Amino acid sequence: MRASANRLALWLLMAPFLLWILLLVLLPHLDMLRVSFQVRESWDSLAWGLTQYQNFFEESYYWRTFVRTGVMSLFTTALTLLIAFPIAWYIARLASGRAKGLLFLACLVPFWASELVRTYGWMILLRESGLFSTTLQALGLVDGPVEMLYNDVAVIIGLVYNGLLFMLVPLVTTLDGLDENLVEAGYDLGGGHWTVLREVVIPWAMPGIVSGCIVVFMLTLGSYLTPILMGGKDSAWFTEQIFTQFITRFNWEQGAALGVLLLLLSSLIVWAGLRVTGQSLRKVMG
Amino acid sequence: MGKDSDLCCDQLIRRFDHMTAVDQVSLDVPAGTFFSILGPSGCGKTTLLRLLAGFDRPDSGDIFIRGQRMNDVAPNRRPVNMVFQHLALFPTMTVGENIAYGLRRQKVPAAERRKRIAEVLEQVGLPGMSDRNPQQLSGGQRQRVALARCLVLRPTLLLLDEPLGALDLKLREQMKVELKHLQKSFGTTFVYITHDQSEAMVMSDQVAVMRNGRFDQVAPPEELYRHPATPFVAGFVGDNNRLSGEVTRVSGDTVELTLAGGAQVSGLAVSPGLTPGQQADLFIRPEALQLQPTVTGERLSRLTAGVVTTLFDGANSRVELEVAGQTLFARLPQDGSWTSLAGGHPIQLSWAPALARVFAGATP
Amino acid sequence: MIRSVPRSRWFDRLYLLYLVAFFLYLALPLLVTAVFAFNDAPFPSLPWKGFTLDWYLADGSAGRTGLFHDDGLLSALWVSVQVAFWVTLVSVSLGCLNAVLFERLEFRGKELLYLVMLLPLVIPGVILGVSILVFYSGMANTVSMRWQLELDLFRPGLPLVVMGQVAFITTLSTLVIAARLRKFDRQLEEAALNLGATPVVAWFTVTLPWLRPAIAGAAAMAFLMSFENFNTTVMLTGSDTPLTVALFNRLREGSTPVLNAVALLLMVGSAALAVLATGRSSKTA
Ligand SMILES: Nc1ncnc2c1ncn2[C@@H]1O[C@H](COP(=O)(O)OP(=O)(O)OP(=O)(O)O)[C@@H](O)[C@H]1O
Ligand SMILES: [Mg+2]
Repeated sequence: MRASANRLALWLLMAPFLLWILLLVLLPHLDMLRVSFQVRESWDSLAWGLTQYQNFFEESYYWRTFVRTGVMSLFTTALTLLIAFPIAWYIARLASGRAKGLLFLACLVPFWASELVRTYGWMILLRESGLFSTTLQALGLVDGPVEMLYNDVAVIIGLVYNGLLFMLVPLVTTLDGLDENLVEAGYDLGGGHWTVLREVVIPWAMPGIVSGCIVVFMLTLGSYLTPILMGGKDSAWFTEQIFTQFITRFNWEQGAALGVLLLLLSSLIVWAGLRVTGQSLRKVMG
Repeated sequence: MGKDSDLCCDQLIRRFDHMTAVDQVSLDVPAGTFFSILGPSGCGKTTLLRLLAGFDRPDSGDIFIRGQRMNDVAPNRRPVNMVFQHLALFPTMTVGENIAYGLRRQKVPAAERRKRIAEVLEQVGLPGMSDRNPQQLSGGQRQRVALARCLVLRPTLLLLDEPLGALDLKLREQMKVELKHLQKSFGTTFVYITHDQSEAMVMSDQVAVMRNGRFDQVAPPEELYRHPATPFVAGFVGDNNRLSGEVTRVSGDTVELTLAGGAQVSGLAVSPGLTPGQQADLFIRPEALQLQPTVTGERLSRLTAGVVTTLFDGANSRVELEVAGQTLFARLPQDGSWTSLAGGHPIQLSWAPALARVFAGATP
Repeated sequence: MIRSVPRSRWFDRLYLLYLVAFFLYLALPLLVTAVFAFNDAPFPSLPWKGFTLDWYLADGSAGRTGLFHDDGLLSALWVSVQVAFWVTLVSVSLGCLNAVLFERLEFRGKELLYLVMLLPLVIPGVILGVSILVFYSGMANTVSMRWQLELDLFRPGLPLVVMGQVAFITTLSTLVIAARLRKFDRQLEEAALNLGATPVVAWFTVTLPWLRPAIAGAAAMAFLMSFENFNTTVMLTGSDTPLTVALFNRLREGSTPVLNAVALLLMVGSAALAVLATGRSSKTA
């Protein structure tokens, strides 16, 4: 009797989970994969084919944007890690009591505003008529308005800004759990700052680093608002092309193929990152 | 099984993958008894208790409570309550709500519930604490809340799983006495689990000594102390000295052993069928060892031992002695006359053979 | 590097400077956004022309329409609230069930299914939106072509937006609730059974109250995530646009201080919700 009650409970709980994961995640992605292999012959007939993928490799615009997006996302992730680590270290290890809580809270605040609001803030700061430009003119450092928006640097500033929190939280959490005696022992046994950082602190923080990097990378790779609103004419982002195919051109087959490629890229890099650092998805995410 | 027994178990067996945690345990607890199960860590005490509470099922054997077979009764329908090893007070409820929990399940009306909560809090010595959070209480107070939560339901049988384990020494001593009083005033049958022999001795009417899933002996504390039935019980309950040697003479109840150094000692045979040439162990309590013979007429067993050192501990002061490579402890008299025994100095010990118990040796 | 190890004064000063710069970087965009919501000028830029509440209150008569009279933005706000409500409800309920499934039950393939459960975390939001669009709208197209049956539910619109957001927010709420359930002492449930509760009653009287702070936290998080989401939403909206999409469209037309006004309102609203949720959970924890 107990065994059958357990089976019933298992199925009652398993059913919603399966419905969710199948209907909202797995099936749609499989369907996207299927559609990406279709070629439209006329308005109502489709055939199987690799045309969409061929287009991707033949049109240099596509794959250039693809590579550019990947490289810039990796760069942004690395930069975010570099910027966030000292801050996380300060919050986790050097700040004490109230200051610690307050600083952490201060890091959280920007993320209660949406990405759109954050990007908008940067636009107000950086554009030709923006705060920086006006200030520089008022100080007499430049003669005319300076445009700081619509270039790659602006995009990266915005992307790093968006990723910071997702890097800080896992870093602070893991560094918080570091036993200071380990660091002291590192110095005691004759290590310098750099050795201790490399041999003791970073290995300890690895799960947090990997977790933060994965999330930031995913967010950056998949971001749309920041590159569109802050990027220039020739700083296209791959998500933008997917969007164009779907919304402007109604070319779903091509859009699906580009989507599959982006998903492949992200899975590949996440997998490689996990492999290189010897972590598992379950450990860093769950 | 006795007619008025509250709890009766018959040949209970519970096996895990590689071991039998409870092995053919039978017990019979008369109503109103304080029954303790005493055994070293890992001997299967918690497993046995979980069988009684219904959280686990025996592989074979029967459980009866007040004559009713309980094997197929769900835990929430058994007339037993349990005080958990780590108390398991609900952290999301106040003390009052914790105590009310069982009453609510029995659909006791609110007014009576309040009355009974106030009453039971009074009885366990925590009047007016019902609005506190369990986290705000001291260890001993939490202990009492856990007890009140069960007692308020007036269970037939209360199971306690090392409830004093988490307390510090001083509090434990105090709670020991209080538990005994509470049990007497409520008249509830207690089945109490512990690995601390002093807890079992102080509180219980009956003690079962458990080892490797089996009961070695079930007896009142004093009998357990004076007449241990197995070498394990002799060694586990109370301080004891063990002298190993070879049986050289058996006359009636009395057995004579020859120790490695050639000294001869004698005691009462407990294991049946001891014969000369066999290895055997003699157990003698430290307080039964006399440092100077008092009654000369009696036939005493005598032994010369070397003093190693004296261990001063107030009323429990002892002297450590050595005989042919075996260590012995003897209780020092209270008058202070022996406190300056010098190391290496030989002294003569003697005892009445009736106080020493001889068991067949486990290994030849 | 840690407090007990001596550092040079220069290092300390540099470190401090870095911290200050960092927090400036963090605060600056939000501060300007907030401040320009009250500038008495048609564009959110310097010079400062004086304080005004026009961008909230103006009724359009003087050529300015404040947020509270801007029907487009207000209805978008209402759409967002509705979407967020449904997303919160569904994803938190699913999160509870999933947490129990993965923390309490043993079944074959559990490790694998857990990894599958984490998948939405490593799928870019745009792709989630796209795949759901392709699957459901494609299905609606096929059905309409073959059987002349209109499945409007599956056309771009609010139901699809809710589905797209639920797809990934459920994973997050599952993680939050499962983390709390993992810390639950199973003996408490046994104690409840022992005191006469049935398993179902024990669940509702002991386990659920324990989970409540996590559920509140997950709900606040789900609401915020849904409200702020753009990437998944933009692929799935129909004629009713949620606030972020509406704001984006406005922004492309050109920025006005009304956008600052909305942005400030959003910041204050989400901060209030976040504080409420963390305050509640820290009180009961
Ligand atoms: N669920 C289980 N699966 C496998 N083995 C178990 C299980 N529960 C208990 N055991 C084993 O059964 C034996 C008895 O365990 P039990 O918890 O009853 O000991 P105990 O006497 O209560 O010890 P303690 O005094 O330390 O609480 C132990 O060796 C333990 O490893
Ligand atoms: Mg135990």
